[in-house]
Amino acid sequence: MKKHLIYLAILSIGFVSCEPEFENPVDEDGFYSSGEANFSHFVAIGNSTSAGYADNALYISGQQNSFPNILAQQFSLLGGGEFTQPLMADNTGGLLLNGTQIAAPRMVLAVGANGNPGPAIMAGTPTTEVTNTLAGPFNNMGVPGAKVYHLGVEGYGNVSGVANGTANPYFARFASSSNASILGDALVQNPTFFTLWIGNNDVLGFATSGGTGTDQTGNFDAGTYGSNDITDPNVFAQAYSQIVDALVANETEGVLLNIPDVTTLPYFTTVPYAPLSPANPDFGPQIPTLNGLYAQLNQAFAFLGVPERSIQFSTTSASAVVVKDESLADISTALTQVLMAGGLDAATATLFGMQFGQARQATANDLLPLTSSSAIGEVNQDRLEELMAMGLPAAMAGQFAVNGVSYPMEDQWVLTPSEQQMIETARTAYNSTIQNLAITHGLAFVDASGLLEDLYNHGVAFDAGSINADFVTGGAFSLDGVHLTPRGNAVIANEIIKEINRTYGASVPKVNPGNYNTITLSNNIN
Amino acid sequence: MNKSKIKFMRKFSLLAVVLLATAVTYAGGYRVSLQGQRSLAMGHTGVAVVNNAEIAFFNPAGIVYLENKLNAAVGVSGVFSDVAWQNEEFGQYAQTESPMGTPFYAYVTYSVTDWMSVGLAAYTPYGSAVEWPTDWAGSHLVNNIDLQAIYIQPLVSFKISEYFSIGGGPIYVTGAVNFNRNLNRTLADAEGNRSNVTIEANGVSEWGWSAGFMFNPTEELRVGFHYRSEIILNAEGGEANFENVPDSPLTNFPDTTFDAALPMPAELAVGVSYEFGDKWLVAVDLNRTFWSVYNSLDIDFADDAIPDSKNVRNYANSNTYRFGVQYKALQNLTLRAGYYLDKSPVKKGYFAPETPRNDAQGFTGGLSYDISSKFAVDLSFLYMKFDEIDASYDYYAENGQEVPFGGTYKSTAFVPGIGITYKL
Repeated sequence: MKKHLIYLAILSIGFVSCEPEFENPVDEDGFYSSGEANFSHFVAIGNSTSAGYADNALYISGQQNSFPNILAQQFSLLGGGEFTQPLMADNTGGLLLNGTQIAAPRMVLAVGANGNPGPAIMAGTPTTEVTNTLAGPFNNMGVPGAKVYHLGVEGYGNVSGVANGTANPYFARFASSSNASILGDALVQNPTFFTLWIGNNDVLGFATSGGTGTDQTGNFDAGTYGSNDITDPNVFAQAYSQIVDALVANETEGVLLNIPDVTTLPYFTTVPYAPLSPANPDFGPQIPTLNGLYAQLNQAFAFLGVPERSIQFSTTSASAVVVKDESLADISTALTQVLMAGGLDAATATLFGMQFGQARQATANDLLPLTSSSAIGEVNQDRLEELMAMGLPAAMAGQFAVNGVSYPMEDQWVLTPSEQQMIETARTAYNSTIQNLAITHGLAFVDASGLLEDLYNHGVAFDAGSINADFVTGGAFSLDGVHLTPRGNAVIANEIIKEINRTYGASVPKVNPGNYNTITLSNNIN
Repeated sequence: MNKSKIKFMRKFSLLAVVLLATAVTYAGGYRVSLQGQRSLAMGHTGVAVVNNAEIAFFNPAGIVYLENKLNAAVGVSGVFSDVAWQNEEFGQYAQTESPMGTPFYAYVTYSVTDWMSVGLAAYTPYGSAVEWPTDWAGSHLVNNIDLQAIYIQPLVSFKISEYFSIGGGPIYVTGAVNFNRNLNRTLADAEGNRSNVTIEANGVSEWGWSAGFMFNPTEELRVGFHYRSEIILNAEGGEANFENVPDSPLTNFPDTTFDAALPMPAELAVGVSYEFGDKWLVAVDLNRTFWSVYNSLDIDFADDAIPDSKNVRNYANSNTYRFGVQYKALQNLTLRAGYYLDKSPVKKGYFAPETPRNDAQGFTGGLSYDISSKFAVDLSFLYMKFDEIDASYDYYAENGQEVPFGGTYKSTAFVPGIGITYKL
C-alpha cells in the first residue's frame, strides 16, 4: 500500500509539471514594473473618445476597444484590477428613450449598387434603452458629448432631463443617482490612477457644425452655451483645473491628454474644396450657362471693388464650390443696385444680390465637413421652396438652388478660415492649461494633438505598414471621420503608455496595433 | 487454430476496433514516437531489440526471431501535453488546452515455419492535436488542429540464417485532418466575431511500405536497420467552411472544397542492442526523419474567388538519438529506463504554433510484469523536457508585408502508457 502511495505521488508530480510554465511569466507580479504608479484601480474620465464611441455610435465592440479598456488589459499585468464599462445592449448602436429612437445606429462600410464602397447606417433598431439604468460604478466614465464644464454638473445623468437636453442620455444610462455628476461618480471609486481626456467637444461641436455656433469667448456663464458653441478658455481653465485638483487630492497619479487640431480629422480633410468636375454629366454641360450668369455678377464684384469674389467654373479641371462666408462684408444691397444698373430686372437682381452678398468660391483654406459631400451639387430643398414662394417657376428655382454651384454652400457646410481661427485660438488656450496642470501636478502628459498631426502628415508605422488619417483607408479613424477605430485607439493607448513609463518610471508593455481592427464592412443596411 | 486462440483473436479484433475509433492525438509536433510500451520505456529504442511483438513496428525483420508461435502486443498511451506562449514586448500570453491524446498500437505475429513469420501491425506514428484559446494572438495561424493517421501494415519476415533476417510489408494509411484558423489578425463581422475558416478532410488514404534487416553477429549482439517510406496524404475535396465573414461583397468567402497534401515523412532507424549476462540489455538507436519533404502546407481552395493559402514550412531532416536499458529484476518483473534527444525539424523563423516543436529530451521508464506464462502487463512513462525557446514564424503576410509572429514558447509532455503482451 505504501509503495502504491509513492507511485501515486510520483505520478501526481508528473501531472503537475505537465503544465508548461515559464521561468519568468509575463502575467506574474514583478515582470513589468509599475514604477511610481499604482494601477490597482484605474478610472478613465472623458467624453466619447474615452467611451469607445466610433462610427457615429456607441456599441459593444467599440467599447471593448476603447483606449481605456486597452490600457486596462495591459495594466492587468501590473496589478490592475477589473475594468468595468457601461456596455451598450448591442453592436448596432443608437439609443432609445422610452422606446423612441433618439440616436441612430452605427455606420458600416457598404458597397453601393454602383460598386463603390461608402459609409452607410447599419440596418437594425437600437435596443439600448436610456431609462434602463445600469448598476455601477464603472471604471470607464467616458460620456459621449460631455464638455469640460459638464463633468461637475450634478443631474447631468438625470434621465428626466434627457428629453429637454439638460441631461446626457449616455450618462443617464449609468449615473449613480439622478443628481450624480460624472466627476462625483468617478471620485467615489477612489481611483489610484486615471486618464483624463476632456475638452474636445468644447471646440468640436462648433467645428463639425461648420461653425454655426457661437464663439463664447468672453462669456463666462457656461449655462448659456449651446452645444455648437466654443467654450470660453477661462471657463475651460477653471473647470479643468477643478477636475484635476479633485482627482489628485489623494495623491492619485494619472494622465492628461490635450485637444487635437480638428483640421487633422478626416471629417474636415476628406471632401475637397474643388469637387466640381467638368466630366460630371450633371455639371459639365451647364458650365457655359453658369459662367455666363456669373460673368454679370463678376463685373458687379469688380465694380464694387471685390474682384476676389469672382466666380468662374473651369471646363478643363475641377472647380471650387461656391460658399457663403459670414466673415465677408454683406454687399447684398449694393450688388442688387449694381446689377439693376447693369440692366438686370429688379426681381432677378434682388435674387442675385441676396444670394451672393457674402459669396465667394472656396479655396484650399476652406474645410468642407464630411457631411457636405452628400449636399454638394444637390438641389437645396429649403432654398427651392423659398424661391418658388418668391414667384420663381419651379425649373428656374431649381437652377438657382444647387448647393455649391448656383446656391452658395451654407454656413454648416463649410468651415471658413475665420471660423478655424476661432477654434484654434480657443484650442491653443485649452492646451496650455492642460499642459501647465500636468507640469504643476507632475502628471503624465500626452500630446494627443501631436499624435493626430503625425497620423495626418505621414502616418504611424506598425508591423504591417502604416496607419494614417485617410478616411476609410487610413485605418486610424472610424467612419464618422472624428472618432478612432480600434487600431487608432491602440495607437493612442501606446502613446499614453509611453508617457506613463517616462513619467512614472514604469515598464507597461505596449500593444500591437496590428492586432486591432479598423472599419467594419457590412452590406446589412437599410 | 485451437479454441482459445480463436477466442483471443476475437477479443483482439474487438479491442482493435475500439482503439481505432479513438482519436489519435499528440501535441507538440506530429511525429508521435509511442509505438510500444517496452520500447518506449527504453527511450523508444527497438530496431535491434527482439523482445515482444513490438518488433513488428520497430523492425519487421526481427519478428522471425521471436521465440513463440504467436505473439501479440497491444497498448495505448495517454498524452498530456501543452504549450505555453508569451510575448514580452506586448505582454501577451496563451496556453493550449489540448485534449488528451491516445495513440495506440496493436501487433500480432505468427511463426509459419522456422524460417518465415508473418504479422499484422496497426499503429499511429503521426498525429497532432493542438488547441489554442479561440481568437488568441496567433489565431491567424491556428486556433486548433487535429491530425490523425492510422498505419496498418501486413508483414512478412524471412530468416536467411541464424545471423541474418529481412522483413517488411506494405503500409495502408488512413488519415483525417481538421484545422481552424482566423482569416487574418483582425477581420470580424459586425458583431465583432472573428472571421475564420475550418478545413476538414476524413478518410484520406494512401499506400507506403517499410523494410528492414537484422544482423546477429553473436549471441549477445544484434544490429538492426529499418526504413519506412514517405507517405503523402492527399486530401482532395475536403470541406472548407468560412464563419463570421462580414456580409459584404468585399469579403466574398463562400464555403467551398479544398485540396491539400500533408507529408508523413520517411524514417530511417539503425541501432544495436547488447545483452550482458541474463539480466541486462542495452540498446542504442538513431532515427533520421526525412522532414525536408515538408516544404509548404498549401491549401488550394476550389473556389477561385478565394486565394489559396500557402504556408511555408521548410522543415529540415532531423535526428533522434535514443538509449535504453533493461534489467530483469525478478523472474516475473522486468525494469526499463531510457533517454532520448529529439532534434527539431523546424528551422529558425519557421516556428509555427500549429506544430510548436523545439528540441526535446525524453526521459523514460517502465516495467513489465508477467501475470502468467502467456500474459504480461507493460507499463511505461515518458517525460519530455523542453527548454524555453524564443522563436517566430516569419512568413505570414498581410497586405503584401511579412508580419512575424513570435515570442517565447514552452512545452511539456507527460505520457503514461499501458500495454499487454501475449505469447503462445
